[in-house]
Amino acid sequence: MKRYTGRTLILEIGMVLVSLVFLAPFYFLFVNSVKPFGEIMSDAASWPQVFQWENYSKAWSLTRFPEAFTNSLVITVIGVALIALISCMAAYRMVRANTLFNQIFLLVLVAAMVVPFQTIMMPLIRVISELNLMNTKAGLIISYLGLSTPMAVFLFHGFVKSIPLEIEEAATVDGTTRIGVFFRIVLPMLKPMIMTVVVLNTLAIWNDYLLPSLILQKPDLRTIPLATFSFFSEYTKQWDLALPALVLGITPIIVFFLFLQRYIVEGIAAGSVKG
Amino acid sequence: MKKRKMEWGLQTFFVGPVFIFFVLILIVPFLLGMYYSLTDWNGIAKTVNWVGLSNFKTLFTNDSNFWESFIFTTKFTIVGVVLVNVVSFGFAYVLTNALKLRNIMRTVFFMPNVIGGLLLGFIWQFIFIKGFDTVYRLTDWSFFGLAWLGDPTTGFWGIVIVFVWHQAGYLMVIYISSLTNVPKEIVEAAEIDGANRWQLLRNITIPLVMPAVTICLFLAISWSFKIFDINLSLTAGGPYKSTESVAMNIYNEAFQNNRYGLGTAKALLFFVTVAIITLIQVRVTKSKEVEA
Repeated sequence: MKRYTGRTLILEIGMVLVSLVFLAPFYFLFVNSVKPFGEIMSDAASWPQVFQWENYSKAWSLTRFPEAFTNSLVITVIGVALIALISCMAAYRMVRANTLFNQIFLLVLVAAMVVPFQTIMMPLIRVISELNLMNTKAGLIISYLGLSTPMAVFLFHGFVKSIPLEIEEAATVDGTTRIGVFFRIVLPMLKPMIMTVVVLNTLAIWNDYLLPSLILQKPDLRTIPLATFSFFSEYTKQWDLALPALVLGITPIIVFFLFLQRYIVEGIAAGSVKG
Repeated sequence: MKKRKMEWGLQTFFVGPVFIFFVLILIVPFLLGMYYSLTDWNGIAKTVNWVGLSNFKTLFTNDSNFWESFIFTTKFTIVGVVLVNVVSFGFAYVLTNALKLRNIMRTVFFMPNVIGGLLLGFIWQFIFIKGFDTVYRLTDWSFFGLAWLGDPTTGFWGIVIVFVWHQAGYLMVIYISSLTNVPKEIVEAAEIDGANRWQLLRNITIPLVMPAVTICLFLAISWSFKIFDINLSLTAGGPYKSTESVAMNIYNEAFQNNRYGLGTAKALLFFVTVAIITLIQVRVTKSKEVEA
């Protein structure tokens, strides 16, 4: 790396100022979330005179936060785990058995990545209701399995190609079955790409609003974005309740990010390899 | 014979699950959508009537809202894609220098990206309505005193600001990883030849990060052209549908007007547009890529 010059110092100061502007919305969000309504209205920029934590306990119970959090967590964890598993299995087979069917299937999967969700949204709801899966978490998770696997298979496909065949052949000679070879030998080697797929899909599923809003219409099934949306429409402009609800809503994913930042950033860089 | 059976078993075991869900969730609805676009389906009735191309006729001749939302989305895409790429490349370019706080700053710029668009829109609704108002009273800068989100122009720029704030960090990560891969020898050689900083950026760095530009343009175009969440929570398409994106127009057609037939026709047209735009973009930027 180059020396720390006067120019670097100016850049550093400039960037710190830009970062502060970038963080300003969080400042406004946090300080106002603990103010009484009157104080938010009279001065939204100042540090709170008193910290009114009841705002949070009210928002906690009115949004039914624990329930929404659990729903989000269950859907995200199960959905992401299944997406990663079935996608790497399919990608592995498609690389190792390069049949005409598998070649065409890969092309169709890649083409499907361009299809906007809105294009299939209405008939998809029809399919889910024909399967009697409306208002079930299973219905939502199954939808994610179809919607997210094309991208995941595509990512794994590129990665499996770089794994040398000799290692597997050695294991086959040792008498391990072909399925055993995958789970015991190949799967552990896929770990970096599994992290990428997990990161990308966790963010996408955790934050998704549109699809859950169509499938999960019962209040007790609401995920965090759904709970926030219905709360916000009900308490519009009641900022002393809406702001703490928003803080609660973003906290889990921010914590997730701060703890796993390295993997998330690496995952995104690795996930953006061009096709 | 036995071997063939085993291959079938393995194929079913490994590829079967993805195949089933893909067909069920993407292929079947896609084909159904094509069929529904030729009917008067309202989403509820079990019987649907064949109406031929009349939905497309309505769409092209008698649906000014849709075309207004199309123009809005196109404008938003152009402005949003340019701004988000300029900002994120700028961040990446500066943060690949040896700044002391660069890791913290990378975290700061990335953080908004992990929050969902829906919640971000609500947060910014507060910033635009109350935060800007307070800043205006403190500083008297007329920029903050505008009727934010209250008219079509500020609504448009409001969505642009939130979009850039949300997505710049993601593209920054891609640009950073591409910039750090630019071979040092080439940069040093150019410096020895007397290239100044601007020439270096224009003639060496940018051509070498073109693969990242291809990806970032692709991502930014598809995010902005399909924008929905931020749009919904920030302006809900208002005032008077002036900030309604195509994705939201389709959504409203289906779930508010209950005209699924017309909605699916729009959705198909939307798909064709997205496909054409992304194909052209990838072709054009790929042709500008060079090998180091």
